[in-house]
Amino acid sequence: MAEDRKVAFICSKGTLDMAYPALVMGWAALGNGIDVTIFFTFWGMDLINKNRVDKLEIAPVANTSMKMTMMGVNTGNLGIPNLMGVLPGMTAFATKLMKDKMKELEVPPVSEYLQMLVDAGAKLYACKMSVDMMGLKKEDFVDGVIDIVTASDFMDMTDGAQIIFI
Amino acid sequence: MATRTIAGKTVAVNEEGFMTNPAEWTQEIAVEIAKEEGIEELTEAHWKVINFCREVGAASGKAPTLRTITNGAGITTKEMFTLFPKGPAKKVAHIAGLGKPEGCV
Repeated sequence: MAEDRKVAFICSKGTLDMAYPALVMGWAALGNGIDVTIFFTFWGMDLINKNRVDKLEIAPVANTSMKMTMMGVNTGNLGIPNLMGVLPGMTAFATKLMKDKMKELEVPPVSEYLQMLVDAGAKLYACKMSVDMMGLKKEDFVDGVIDIVTASDFMDMTDGAQIIFI
Repeated sequence: MATRTIAGKTVAVNEEGFMTNPAEWTQEIAVEIAKEEGIEELTEAHWKVINFCREVGAASGKAPTLRTITNGAGITTKEMFTLFPKGPAKKVAHIAGLGKPEGCV
Protein backbone atom coordinates (compact mmCIF):
# COMPACT_ATOMS: atom_id res chain seq x y z
CA MET A 1 0.00 0.00 0.00
CA ALA A 2 1.24 3.46 -0.87
CA GLU A 3 2.34 5.36 2.24
CA ASP A 4 0.30 8.42 1.39
CA ARG A 5 -2.79 6.87 -0.13
CA LYS A 6 -5.82 9.19 -0.16
CA VAL A 7 -9.47 8.42 -0.84
CA ALA A 8 -12.20 10.98 -1.43
CA PHE A 9 -15.93 10.25 -1.45
CA ILE A 10 -18.61 12.38 -3.06
CA CYS A 11 -21.95 11.76 -1.32
CA SER A 12 -24.79 12.90 -3.56
CA LYS A 13 -27.66 10.79 -2.19
CA GLY A 14 -29.77 11.38 0.89
CA THR A 15 -31.58 8.10 1.32
CA LEU A 16 -30.83 5.82 4.26
CA ASP A 17 -29.40 3.05 2.10
CA MET A 18 -27.13 5.38 0.14
CA ALA A 19 -25.79 7.03 3.30
CA TYR A 20 -23.90 3.92 4.31
CA PRO A 21 -21.47 3.15 1.44
CA ALA A 22 -19.18 6.11 2.12
CA LEU A 23 -19.40 5.53 5.87
CA VAL A 24 -18.47 1.86 5.64
CA MET A 25 -15.72 2.34 3.06
CA GLY A 26 -14.46 5.52 4.72
CA TRP A 27 -14.22 3.74 8.07
CA ALA A 28 -12.38 0.84 6.45
CA ALA A 29 -9.99 3.28 4.75
CA LEU A 30 -9.25 5.08 8.03
CA GLY A 31 -8.69 1.70 9.65
CA ASN A 32 -6.04 1.03 7.04
CA GLY A 33 -4.25 4.31 7.60
CA ILE A 34 -5.66 5.96 4.47
CA ASP A 35 -6.47 9.68 4.38
CA VAL A 36 -10.23 10.26 3.93
CA THR A 37 -12.09 13.31 2.59
CA ILE A 38 -15.87 13.38 2.08
CA PHE A 39 -17.64 15.97 -0.05
CA PHE A 40 -21.40 16.27 0.42
CA THR A 41 -23.49 17.58 -2.43
CA PHE A 42 -27.11 17.75 -3.52
CA TRP A 43 -29.27 15.25 -1.60
CA GLY A 44 -26.16 14.10 0.21
CA MET A 45 -26.46 17.35 2.21
CA ASP A 46 -29.05 15.53 4.32
CA LEU A 47 -26.26 13.38 5.77
CA ILE A 48 -24.59 16.39 7.38
CA ASN A 49 -27.74 18.42 8.06
CA LYS A 50 -28.36 18.30 11.83
CA ASN A 51 -32.11 18.39 11.30
CA ARG A 52 -32.14 15.68 8.68
CA VAL A 53 -29.46 13.11 9.47
CA ASP A 54 -31.53 11.15 11.99
CA LYS A 55 -34.58 11.20 9.73
CA LEU A 56 -33.18 9.59 6.58
CA GLU A 57 -35.55 7.13 4.93
CA ILE A 58 -35.74 4.43 2.32
CA ALA A 59 -38.76 4.23 0.00
CA PRO A 60 -40.00 0.91 -1.39
CA VAL A 61 -41.46 2.59 -4.49
CA ALA A 62 -39.48 1.89 -7.67
CA ASN A 63 -36.92 -0.06 -5.64
CA THR A 64 -36.67 -3.29 -7.60
CA SER A 65 -34.20 -4.82 -5.17
CA MET A 66 -36.55 -4.59 -2.23
CA LYS A 67 -38.42 -7.90 -1.97
CA MET A 68 -41.48 -8.96 -0.01
CA THR A 69 -39.30 -11.50 1.82
CA MET A 70 -37.53 -8.59 3.52
CA MET A 71 -40.83 -7.78 5.18
CA GLY A 72 -41.04 -11.29 6.54
CA VAL A 73 -43.49 -12.50 3.89
CA ASN A 74 -42.12 -15.65 2.33
CA THR A 75 -42.84 -14.94 -1.33
CA GLY A 76 -39.50 -15.72 -2.92
CA ASN A 77 -38.40 -13.27 -5.55
CA LEU A 78 -41.57 -11.23 -5.54
CA GLY A 79 -41.02 -7.50 -5.24
CA ILE A 80 -43.01 -5.07 -3.13
CA PRO A 81 -45.72 -3.87 -5.57
CA ASN A 82 -45.30 -0.18 -6.35
CA LEU A 83 -49.02 0.23 -5.78
CA MET A 84 -48.50 -0.98 -2.22
CA GLY A 85 -45.43 1.20 -1.80
CA VAL A 86 -47.49 4.36 -2.26
CA LEU A 87 -49.69 3.56 0.72
CA PRO A 88 -49.22 5.96 3.64
CA GLY A 89 -46.66 4.63 6.12
CA MET A 90 -44.91 2.28 3.71
CA THR A 91 -41.75 4.41 3.54
CA ALA A 92 -41.66 4.67 7.32
CA PHE A 93 -42.17 0.92 7.52
CA ALA A 94 -39.34 0.12 5.09
CA THR A 95 -37.12 2.57 6.96
CA LYS A 96 -37.85 0.90 10.27
CA LEU A 97 -37.08 -2.51 8.78
CA MET A 98 -33.71 -1.32 7.55
CA LYS A 99 -32.85 0.47 10.80
CA ASP A 100 -33.77 -2.63 12.84
CA LYS A 101 -31.60 -4.80 10.62
CA MET A 102 -28.67 -2.42 10.95
CA LYS A 103 -29.08 -2.36 14.73
CA GLU A 104 -29.12 -6.15 14.80
CA LEU A 105 -25.80 -6.17 12.93
CA GLU A 106 -24.46 -3.55 15.37
CA VAL A 107 -24.03 -1.00 12.60
CA PRO A 108 -24.23 2.47 14.16
CA PRO A 109 -26.86 5.01 13.04
CA VAL A 110 -25.68 7.46 10.37
CA SER A 111 -25.02 10.41 12.73
CA GLU A 112 -23.00 8.27 15.14
CA TYR A 113 -21.10 6.63 12.29
CA LEU A 114 -20.26 10.02 10.81
CA GLN A 115 -18.96 11.20 14.18
CA MET A 116 -16.75 8.10 14.39
CA LEU A 117 -15.24 8.98 11.01
CA VAL A 118 -14.63 12.57 12.10
CA ASP A 119 -12.97 11.37 15.32
CA ALA A 120 -10.81 9.06 13.22
CA GLY A 121 -9.64 12.01 11.14
CA ALA A 122 -11.99 12.13 8.14
CA LYS A 123 -12.38 15.61 6.65
CA LEU A 124 -15.94 16.63 5.74
CA TYR A 125 -16.88 19.41 3.33
CA ALA A 126 -20.21 20.79 2.13
CA CYS A 127 -20.82 21.78 -1.49
CA LYS A 128 -21.21 25.53 -1.99
CA MET A 129 -23.75 25.27 -4.79
CA SER A 130 -25.98 22.92 -2.79
CA VAL A 131 -25.71 25.14 0.28
CA ASP A 132 -26.86 28.14 -1.79
CA MET A 133 -29.58 26.18 -3.52
CA MET A 134 -31.04 24.81 -0.29
CA GLY A 135 -30.55 27.99 1.72
CA LEU A 136 -28.37 26.25 4.34
CA LYS A 137 -25.79 27.75 6.69
CA LYS A 138 -22.71 26.31 8.38
CA GLU A 139 -24.70 26.21 11.66
CA ASP A 140 -27.08 23.71 10.07
CA PHE A 141 -24.34 21.11 9.82
CA VAL A 142 -23.19 18.46 12.24
CA ASP A 143 -19.86 18.92 14.05
CA GLY A 144 -16.96 17.92 11.91
CA VAL A 145 -17.94 19.70 8.71
CA ILE A 146 -14.83 21.78 8.15
CA ASP A 147 -16.01 24.21 5.51
CA ILE A 148 -18.31 25.02 2.61
CA VAL A 149 -16.28 24.69 -0.57
CA THR A 150 -16.71 24.89 -4.34
CA ALA A 151 -16.26 21.97 -6.71
CA SER A 152 -13.01 23.55 -7.81
CA ASP A 153 -11.74 23.68 -4.20
CA PHE A 154 -12.64 20.01 -3.88
CA MET A 155 -10.58 19.19 -6.96
CA ASP A 156 -7.62 21.08 -5.50
CA MET A 157 -7.80 19.37 -2.13
CA THR A 158 -8.15 15.87 -3.58
CA ASP A 159 -5.06 16.07 -5.77
CA GLY A 160 -3.69 12.53 -6.03
CA ALA A 161 -6.70 10.96 -4.25
CA GLN A 162 -8.87 8.14 -5.52
CA ILE A 163 -12.36 9.60 -5.93
CA ILE A 164 -15.50 7.57 -5.35
CA PHE A 165 -18.88 9.00 -6.38
CA ILE A 166 -21.92 7.77 -4.50
CA MET B 1 3.67 -21.56 7.80
CA ALA B 2 6.37 -18.93 8.14
CA THR B 3 8.13 -18.20 11.39
CA ARG B 4 10.18 -15.31 12.59
CA THR B 5 12.16 -14.46 15.66
CA ILE B 6 10.87 -11.56 17.71
CA ALA B 7 12.47 -10.54 21.01
CA GLY B 8 14.50 -13.74 21.04
CA LYS B 9 11.53 -16.03 20.53
CA THR B 10 10.60 -17.87 17.35
CA VAL B 11 6.90 -17.54 16.58
CA ALA B 12 4.58 -18.53 13.74
CA VAL B 13 3.38 -15.68 11.53
CA ASN B 14 1.18 -15.38 8.43
CA GLU B 15 2.14 -13.72 5.16
CA GLU B 16 1.11 -10.31 6.53
CA GLY B 17 3.27 -10.68 9.63
CA PHE B 18 0.43 -11.31 12.08
CA MET B 19 1.15 -13.98 14.68
CA THR B 20 -0.96 -17.08 14.19
CA ASN B 21 -0.64 -18.58 17.65
CA PRO B 22 -1.65 -16.12 20.39
CA ALA B 23 -0.20 -18.49 23.02
CA GLU B 24 3.30 -17.73 21.74
CA TRP B 25 2.87 -14.04 22.53
CA THR B 26 4.84 -12.32 25.28
CA GLN B 27 4.97 -8.74 26.49
CA GLU B 28 8.50 -8.44 25.12
CA ILE B 29 7.18 -9.39 21.68
CA ALA B 30 4.55 -6.66 21.98
CA VAL B 31 7.22 -4.06 22.74
CA GLU B 32 9.24 -5.20 19.74
CA ILE B 33 6.32 -5.20 17.25
CA ALA B 34 5.16 -1.82 18.57
CA LYS B 35 8.56 -0.38 17.65
CA GLU B 36 8.20 -1.82 14.15
CA GLU B 37 4.80 -0.11 13.95
CA GLY B 38 6.41 3.19 14.89
CA ILE B 39 5.36 3.23 18.56
CA GLU B 40 8.57 3.78 20.51
CA GLU B 41 7.17 3.32 23.98
CA LEU B 42 4.10 1.44 25.18
CA THR B 43 2.44 3.52 27.86
CA GLU B 44 -0.15 2.43 30.40
CA ALA B 45 -2.88 3.58 27.98
CA HIS B 46 -1.42 1.38 25.24
CA TRP B 47 -1.31 -1.61 27.58
CA LYS B 48 -4.91 -1.08 28.62
CA VAL B 49 -5.95 -1.49 24.98
CA ILE B 50 -3.54 -4.36 24.31
CA ASN B 51 -4.76 -6.25 27.37
CA PHE B 52 -8.38 -5.70 26.37
CA CYS B 53 -7.63 -7.10 22.91
CA ARG B 54 -5.85 -10.09 24.45
CA GLU B 55 -8.95 -10.78 26.56
CA VAL B 56 -11.27 -10.53 23.56
CA GLY B 57 -8.88 -12.69 21.56
CA ALA B 58 -8.78 -15.34 24.27
CA ALA B 59 -12.57 -15.39 24.57
CA SER B 60 -13.54 -15.28 20.90
CA GLY B 61 -10.40 -16.38 19.09
CA LYS B 62 -10.60 -13.22 17.01
CA ALA B 63 -9.08 -9.76 17.19
CA PRO B 64 -11.66 -7.10 18.13
CA THR B 65 -12.70 -4.45 15.60
CA LEU B 66 -12.08 -0.79 16.40
CA ARG B 67 -15.69 -0.29 17.48
CA THR B 68 -15.51 -3.31 19.78
CA ILE B 69 -12.43 -1.76 21.39
CA THR B 70 -13.95 1.70 21.82
CA ASN B 71 -17.16 0.23 23.21
CA GLY B 72 -15.46 -2.28 25.47
CA ALA B 73 -12.21 -0.74 26.69
CA GLY B 74 -13.60 2.67 27.67
CA ILE B 75 -11.50 4.54 25.13
CA THR B 76 -12.60 6.98 22.42
CA THR B 77 -12.01 6.69 18.69
CA LYS B 78 -9.87 9.83 18.86
CA GLU B 79 -7.65 8.38 21.59
CA MET B 80 -7.27 5.16 19.63
CA PHE B 81 -6.02 7.07 16.59
CA THR B 82 -3.61 9.01 18.83
CA LEU B 83 -2.25 5.91 20.59
CA PHE B 84 -2.03 3.76 17.45
CA PRO B 85 -1.97 6.17 14.49
CA LYS B 86 -2.99 5.08 11.00
CA GLY B 87 -5.08 1.96 11.40
CA PRO B 88 -5.41 1.43 15.17
CA ALA B 89 -7.37 -1.86 15.25
CA LYS B 90 -4.94 -3.52 12.86
CA LYS B 91 -1.90 -2.17 14.66
CA VAL B 92 -3.06 -3.20 18.11
CA ALA B 93 -4.02 -6.68 16.83
CA HIS B 94 -0.54 -7.01 15.35
CA ILE B 95 1.07 -5.92 18.63
CA ALA B 96 -1.21 -8.15 20.71
CA GLY B 97 -0.26 -11.23 18.72
CA LEU B 98 -3.72 -11.70 17.26
CA GLY B 99 -4.91 -12.05 13.65
CA LYS B 100 -6.12 -9.16 11.52
CA PRO B 101 -9.51 -7.93 12.76
CA GLU B 102 -12.46 -8.91 10.59
CA GLY B 103 -15.75 -7.06 10.25
CA CYS B 104 -16.81 -3.77 8.71
CA VAL B 105 -17.32 -1.74 11.88
